[in-house]
Amino acid sequence: MALSSKDLLGIKGMASEEIRQILDTAATFKDVSERDIKKVPTLRGKTVINLFYEASTRTRTSFELAGKRLSADVINISTSTSSVVKGETLLDTARNIEAMKCDIIIVRHSCSGAPEYLSTRLKSSVINAGDGFHEHPTQALLDMFTIREMLGRLEGLTVVIVGDIAHSRVARSNVYGLTAMGAKVRVCGPPTMLPPGIDRIGAEVHYDTDEAVEGADVIMMLRLQLERQAAGLFPGVREYARLYGLNQVRVARAAKHVMVMHPGPMNRGVEISSEVADSTPVILEQVTNGVAVRMAVMFLLSGGSKTET
Amino acid sequence: MSLKEKALILDKAGIERALTRIAHEILEKNKGAKDLILVGIQRGGVHLAKRLAARIREIEGVEPPVGSLDITMYRDDLSTRKSQPVPQATDIAFDIKDKMMVLVDDVLFTGRTIRAALNSVMDYGRPRRIQLAVLVDRGHRELPIRADYVGKNLPTSAKEKVEVMLIEDGVEEKVVILGE
Repeated sequence: MALSSKDLLGIKGMASEEIRQILDTAATFKDVSERDIKKVPTLRGKTVINLFYEASTRTRTSFELAGKRLSADVINISTSTSSVVKGETLLDTARNIEAMKCDIIIVRHSCSGAPEYLSTRLKSSVINAGDGFHEHPTQALLDMFTIREMLGRLEGLTVVIVGDIAHSRVARSNVYGLTAMGAKVRVCGPPTMLPPGIDRIGAEVHYDTDEAVEGADVIMMLRLQLERQAAGLFPGVREYARLYGLNQVRVARAAKHVMVMHPGPMNRGVEISSEVADSTPVILEQVTNGVAVRMAVMFLLSGGSKTET
Repeated sequence: MSLKEKALILDKAGIERALTRIAHEILEKNKGAKDLILVGIQRGGVHLAKRLAARIREIEGVEPPVGSLDITMYRDDLSTRKSQPVPQATDIAFDIKDKMMVLVDDVLFTGRTIRAALNSVMDYGRPRRIQLAVLVDRGHRELPIRADYVGKNLPTSAKEKVEVMLIEDGVEEKVVILGE
């Protein structure tokens, strides 16, 4: 099967069948990273560009490894050291890259919609690595993969996402994805950080964390961006940690088998206590699964060409 | 364009006899089951490899380890296909170094699957020797590949399709030629 579009821009609107296909494919690619020779020739000769307008270690390295393990040639462009500082537009930058015959362009940008903008103007496949506050589809896919791997399914699970939902593209993609796969999603955070309308995309809204995590199968903690304090969105780190942080006492209210997840990087002692962070190996498992999921996405996007069989 | 069953090549008994003979031939050629390992190529060869291992145990008293190999990531046609095939599991839970490996597949046709399998196996280690067992060889090789053990040689037209149906997949057991 192929994905229905040449790009991966977001989870919104993706059919559950397509999501399932990506997760199933990722499972076989996970084995590649466990072998002695962590390489398969699947994308040999293909060129992949990481075009990152925002800083990233985790996501960019994950995409780079995914491409390299598929034997593709991967180039990283971080715009702070590129012509972008000379004022080159996004479209010009992307067109110049495409002129060098690249097959897949992975874009992270602070403007929501930047990857979609490029996707309609470029022949290459565009993968959204995070755009503004909009979506971060591969993060949601790896989160769903991790949950499915640990708990055996997604349907019927109660997943709670806690934190700055308004500014989180990870949260949005996860809400779209988890609801599409039949999970029940609760979002929880201070009222200043829960966007109006989040209930309309399928999430149950909570302002009380103890209530929200009651009986939960999965708790996903979002990083608190400390800059938001200056904007007046929360009064202080200690108060945030007390009301919305995850500690041993709060975790005990969830289901016995509860999975604690975090997209990283963590603020220890703020949204997650060190004890909870260190007692849950899933957070590192998410990172491992990220490479597998990104390999699966690149594999599925690279099928087919102008000459179809 | 749906294909119809044009001819029955092997029925259940025929398949059983062929596998029994192949098991004997493997033991004869390798002078026993020492260091023998069977690797079934997804998806057609996996069940056949398990059956051969069971036959070898009946004959020789020793059951060789069985693994499964998915070659999707090593195919040579990934950029020209309309859609990607779904990769299956590769499960080789043992060291293959210095072992006598027998690859097992249901139908040998162009030889490209076996080429992909050889490339894949090399990424897992270095067997002492690799041999190939197939239930049906239907000709039309596009690469210089040949099988060591063949259940049935079957001349076919390139437009036809050969299908091996096994009870493990929940269907009536037989090998048929499909055509228009």
